[in-house]
Amino acid sequence: MALLEIKDLHASVADKPILKGINLTIKPGEVHALMGPNGSGKSTLSNVLAGNEAYVKTRGQVLFNGVDIDDLAAHERACAGMFLAFQYPVEIAGISNMYFLKAAVNAVRKYQGRDQLDAMDFLDLIEEKKKVVTIRDDLLERAVNSGFSGGEKKRNEIFQMAMLEPKLGILDETDSGLDIDALRVVADGVNALRNEERGFLVITHYQRLLDYIVPDHVHVLVDGQIVKSGGKELALELEDEGYTSWDSE
Amino acid sequence: MKIEDEKSFDELGDKEYKYGFVTDIESDSLPPGLNEDIVRAISKRKDEPEWLTDWRVKAYHHWTTLEEPTWAKVEFPPIDYQALSYYSAPKQKIDAPKSLDEIDPELLETYKKLGIPLHEQEVFAGVVAVDAVFDSVSVATTFKGKLEEMGIIFGSFSDAVKEHPELVKKYLGSVVPYKDNYYATLNSAVFSDGSFCYVPPGVRCPMELSTYFRINAANTGQFERTLLIADEGAYVSYLEGCTAPQRDENQLHAAVVELVAHKDAQIKYSTVQNWYPGDKDGKGGIYNFVTKRGHCRGDNSKISWTQVETGSAITWKYPSCILKGDNSVGEFYSVAVTNNMQQADTGTKMIHIGKNTSSTIISKGISAGKAQNSYRGMVKVVETAENARNFSQCDSMLIGDQCGAHTFPYIDVSNPTAQVEHEATTTKIGEDQIFYCNQRGLDTEEAVTMIVNGFCKEVFRELPMEFAVEAQKLLGISLEGSVG
Repeated sequence: MALLEIKDLHASVADKPILKGINLTIKPGEVHALMGPNGSGKSTLSNVLAGNEAYVKTRGQVLFNGVDIDDLAAHERACAGMFLAFQYPVEIAGISNMYFLKAAVNAVRKYQGRDQLDAMDFLDLIEEKKKVVTIRDDLLERAVNSGFSGGEKKRNEIFQMAMLEPKLGILDETDSGLDIDALRVVADGVNALRNEERGFLVITHYQRLLDYIVPDHVHVLVDGQIVKSGGKELALELEDEGYTSWDSE
Repeated sequence: MKIEDEKSFDELGDKEYKYGFVTDIESDSLPPGLNEDIVRAISKRKDEPEWLTDWRVKAYHHWTTLEEPTWAKVEFPPIDYQALSYYSAPKQKIDAPKSLDEIDPELLETYKKLGIPLHEQEVFAGVVAVDAVFDSVSVATTFKGKLEEMGIIFGSFSDAVKEHPELVKKYLGSVVPYKDNYYATLNSAVFSDGSFCYVPPGVRCPMELSTYFRINAANTGQFERTLLIADEGAYVSYLEGCTAPQRDENQLHAAVVELVAHKDAQIKYSTVQNWYPGDKDGKGGIYNFVTKRGHCRGDNSKISWTQVETGSAITWKYPSCILKGDNSVGEFYSVAVTNNMQQADTGTKMIHIGKNTSSTIISKGISAGKAQNSYRGMVKVVETAENARNFSQCDSMLIGDQCGAHTFPYIDVSNPTAQVEHEATTTKIGEDQIFYCNQRGLDTEEAVTMIVNGFCKEVFRELPMEFAVEAQKLLGISLEGSVG
């Protein structure tokens, strides 16, 4: 069964149609890259999938693990294993990153009918995941994303993903604004999380990230539609030619 | 999905007020109405000395000359003071209970439901001593004996009048005079009971002292009076909790709290107020019109108020500090949550009189539903207050678009060496923050609770540990159904 099946998806933001018939299927273990120019609808797609109510699905169907996502509220999609690494991670004052993570991990576990982790088990899990995605202790103790640099925020997103062990990871322009070192940290984290069951949708404007996270499939999104799909070599073509060939249409 | 969400939020909104039960207990009440005879009858029933009866009567006569204050940003229909009963006491099988065994089991059951451990052996590691006030009278005080060994007097106000009349006479009305304001004057005339505490010089009270207030009887006002004195170099931390049954009528609660801190003394006073707030449409609920004031009488004294106000239909409350002693310190930490039709007008007054006095005000107002939440605070620095310092921070958070947050700071400085700082912010709880939490698996209620808890963190960390946990939970319950 496909992990994610998007069929003829249309969506609007503030009554303005943005997505105009997307079709995309991601199977377990696959990494799909979605590339496209600014304004093509990349972030809209990630928000619609994750259930942000500011984005309204107007037509089509999305199945996640065979379940229609219309039947799942945003937090239920997360609990069912969909993780969105935000382009702009949000700050929450007064709540430590660690406390937030524990609440999140236990919310997901509760939904999945698993035991709650106590403080000791949780700390063990943190230590285990720090081996996958390195993160400084002070970032875990500080309030969620408060005063984090751009790179630290993105690293924190990937760390959260490691903690929550999703079935599908969606990376929404995680590379934007990162220098090469930060980019490498993010990519290493994602690569360490790749396995036969987990799927990824890597959304990016630039080919650069795909040097580090090598995709199985590449799709080009222009004006709300996927105009071309191919293997990883498609990303390199885009690097050479840019999106200009579609602009005139 | 959207529709289902709304349904589930409605269900949550209907979730019953956990403490809304009524205890079926016989009570000894005076007939409704207020006049000099009623005031005298209350005093007589309590077997009070003449000076106290006279004081009440003076207060009553003064009250008849006053009018209800109208400056607060709250709205309510006129209160018929003649329709209220001013005294209600649970009928005891034995006149005055000498020990917990003699207290009506039905009453003990009530306190058990409220989670107040009256039986001493159940008191968690002996860290809290409790005085419980049911309707108008104080019914049980735990650990009285242990505290007495240290010279600490802690118990009901009525007992103090009998056993320590000299202390009561000396301090009663010395911080909040009977002419102070409409509600405090009313309280002075008809107050029924409350807690009294005196900590002698140099004694550090080893446990948290706690009073639990409960209104049970219908159509009854609760007018308790708390008087707390920390003598030279003494320290005491005091907690106050409040609940009431769910009734369709509004009930009046007009309490007075007076604190006196002598030289080098410290008083920490924490309140978690969870009176019944009324239903979603604003029917019923407690009118919480309370006067609380602390007097830093001696040099280097300190009074710290921390309050978490989640209940009541209307809250009208300004715990204040008069900083008379040199180097004295006043603090006010407040979280006020209003949801549905609740209204709160709350804040503080810091009156700087002594030299090098300093005060801190941290106020967090959270408004949801159709509620109105106002911060009203005054910082006054008089001529004698050389080098006074004040820092005020008033933050408001709005949940939804039908509620209101207001800030009314009054600053009155008569000494040029003063430094007064005021910061204020208003934020709307962010859809983006809620979505971020949703995307990590937290449902919207959990997300709101978490974000609001983060917002209130600076106040919660001032609360004693057990209370902080309770306050956080209470916040979640109060905000249930606030987002949809």
